Amino acid sequence: MTERVAIIGIGATQFRSISPDVSYKELMFEAATKACEDAGVNPRRDVDTFITCSEDYNEGTSITDEYVPDQLGAAMKPVQTITGEGLHGIAAAFMMLRTGSFGIAMVEAFSKASNVLTPDGILACAQDPVYVRPLEVNSLFIAGLEMNLFLHESGVTPADCARVAIRNRAAALKNPLAAWPARLDLEDFAHAEPVAFPLTALDIARPADGAVVVILATESRARSIGRKPVWVEGIGWCNGSPNLETRDWATPHYVTTAADMAYRMAGVTDPGNAFDFCEIDDTYTYKELQHAAALGLGCRCSGRPVINPSGGALGMGHLHEATGLARLYWAVKQLRREAGDLQLDKADRCLVQAWRGVPTESTVCTVLAA
Amino acid sequence: MGNRVAIVGAGMTKFVRRAQETGKELSFNAARMALDSCGLHLDQIEMVCLGTAPDTFDGVHMKGEYLSDGAGAFGKPYMRSFVGGGTGVFAVAQGWYHVASGLCDLCLVVCEEKMSTFQPHAQAAFLTIFDHITERPLKPNLLWIFALEMNRYMTTYGLRKEDIARVAVKNKNNALDHPAAQLAQAVTIEDILQSEVLAWPVQRLDVSPVSDGAVAVVLASESVARRVTNKPVWIEGVGWNLDTAYWTNRDLCYPRYVEEAARMAYKMAGITDPRHQIHIAEPYDPFDYKELHHMEGLMLCGRGEAPQMTLDGITSRDGELPICPSGGLLGVGNPISAAGLMKIAELFWQLRGEAGKRQVSRKVKRGVAQAWGDLMQVGTVVVLGI
Repeated sequence: MTERVAIIGIGATQFRSISPDVSYKELMFEAATKACEDAGVNPRRDVDTFITCSEDYNEGTSITDEYVPDQLGAAMKPVQTITGEGLHGIAAAFMMLRTGSFGIAMVEAFSKASNVLTPDGILACAQDPVYVRPLEVNSLFIAGLEMNLFLHESGVTPADCARVAIRNRAAALKNPLAAWPARLDLEDFAHAEPVAFPLTALDIARPADGAVVVILATESRARSIGRKPVWVEGIGWCNGSPNLETRDWATPHYVTTAADMAYRMAGVTDPGNAFDFCEIDDTYTYKELQHAAALGLGCRCSGRPVINPSGGALGMGHLHEATGLARLYWAVKQLRREAGDLQLDKADRCLVQAWRGVPTESTVCTVLAA
Repeated sequence: MGNRVAIVGAGMTKFVRRAQETGKELSFNAARMALDSCGLHLDQIEMVCLGTAPDTFDGVHMKGEYLSDGAGAFGKPYMRSFVGGGTGVFAVAQGWYHVASGLCDLCLVVCEEKMSTFQPHAQAAFLTIFDHITERPLKPNLLWIFALEMNRYMTTYGLRKEDIARVAVKNKNNALDHPAAQLAQAVTIEDILQSEVLAWPVQRLDVSPVSDGAVAVVLASESVARRVTNKPVWIEGVGWNLDTAYWTNRDLCYPRYVEEAARMAYKMAGITDPRHQIHIAEPYDPFDYKELHHMEGLMLCGRGEAPQMTLDGITSRDGELPICPSGGLLGVGNPISAAGLMKIAELFWQLRGEAGKRQVSRKVKRGVAQAWGDLMQVGTVVVLGI
């Protein structure tokens, strides 16, 4: 019988629009130190395996893996880079811990987005070099196209999308780490800068700098350390088509497939009623609505489950591969009842989902419980 | 170590300097051959792992996402791992934990590299691996830093160039029997010593080539492996280790990180005396001295003893401990991550007795493959056995 896997420590820096006073190594160090302190572990002595999640182009370094061990306490230890969302790193840690060969794992992801001078150019390089890149299609234009189709097919209005941003950025006002809290109203959207119709500047999660570190352990190690565990009940991930020209633009099947995997593992049969709250990808406002439907969360009019109490990426900032981990950070805080002003009355079980952005169809979902 | 995991199929494309296929097509071809080799269909594969080295080679951001459908991952759980040059062997460790976790029974591992896309030469891509403040302004390249390391190794043990060139002669000649080899050559020590000096003591024939290619293997849980094949090759141990980023601060004469990775894998495999419990090895040989360096790191001999073992013929294909019978990176080619996985595929074929003209003469039951990368910093090790 494989052991259950628990999250026993979390650490995060402040998420900020710029961070000229610290290097990416210092961001990582701060998050790692806080996570180790939180878990009550010494990385040099206790952590058996380290996972970092990053993409070279965002860091401006080939093989970013080279520059991660020292500030995590991981030099001369098993370290691997997963070029994926931070939640992919959680999935890797989950699998390694289940093998029985590892007791404690550390997962790290960070963003130094303010160092990236040409994010549009980098994202353009993610498109197929043969078939798509020559068309010189901006990634935000692709998101606008998808949003337009989504509105058309679902009957959702631009105002519904605007309400997502209004709610998430308002929620972020109570989030001490958030980079982009704001009090907005529909009037602001009426005057928002159009980016790629119907997408406006206010529909897009703005980038932020920051780092998040998560420490996981097998049940026996978690119990011996004595930190209150948050259980990873299920995790699923999936890739759809990387090609713009062959994908089903109307339905994000990859989200449903990943969610099914996580739900199966966690024994969730009725996702609409299974969670007290959900942290869902909201890189663009319409994505939150599209993802919520694909995750089987049903009509959100009831207010159950609560969606994105942390303020989401719209409120906290888009943190490259750490975007999902920032959501997981707040989910763990909620489940431990340590979320301060953000604390929900009922927070026993939740869903966290991340998506890797245009042009990918790559997503991860995880079910966590107190 | 969790559920037992076996390799049940392997396939590889020919390694070439400039492939006509796209990276996706190379991945597809290797994946297809691996599946065909064990009579499985893509529908039966539950999860996919990909290894590929820097995105700069292809000029594609999020290269893993780009390659995903070529690698057979459409609609499946899919993850790309990346530990620089160590990726090819690490990808099998990654596939191992996918299956050993109990989350799936069949996992496809694909490694692809297309270095020719970088014009005029992939070497320039490596400038971006160095620290952007302290090193990049000096415009270092890999040949220089490995010349430093080779020099240190030669100086520490009083070695001559011919002691090291013997490795290149062995591997390039071994590759003559590899149908997918790029740089198989019947060369002599004289040829190596007379080849162009690139950065002393590194000469042209001391170095593996720039290559395009892909390799894939199929991993299965114990119960499924036994149904798929009557000759499963078990993953007995996996290990990996990353040293500090400050490579200038370590003694380059010995790869301690390889030793640590090997110790992790050996412990899992129950190996206490690697010299005698391992019968065949595929250590990473992007440069000829690296094979010697890595044999020592893998504890297949004492420190500084690998050149003598090579001279004595122990490491030849019909020797007592065959090293790189495939022809290695020096002979078969070096499409970074695919080269590492090629070593695993070679052990798979050797242990099953299916290596054809390359089959080693002694009976082999357990082998070790190893790769190395980052800033002379990471070791990845997999022990396979039947």
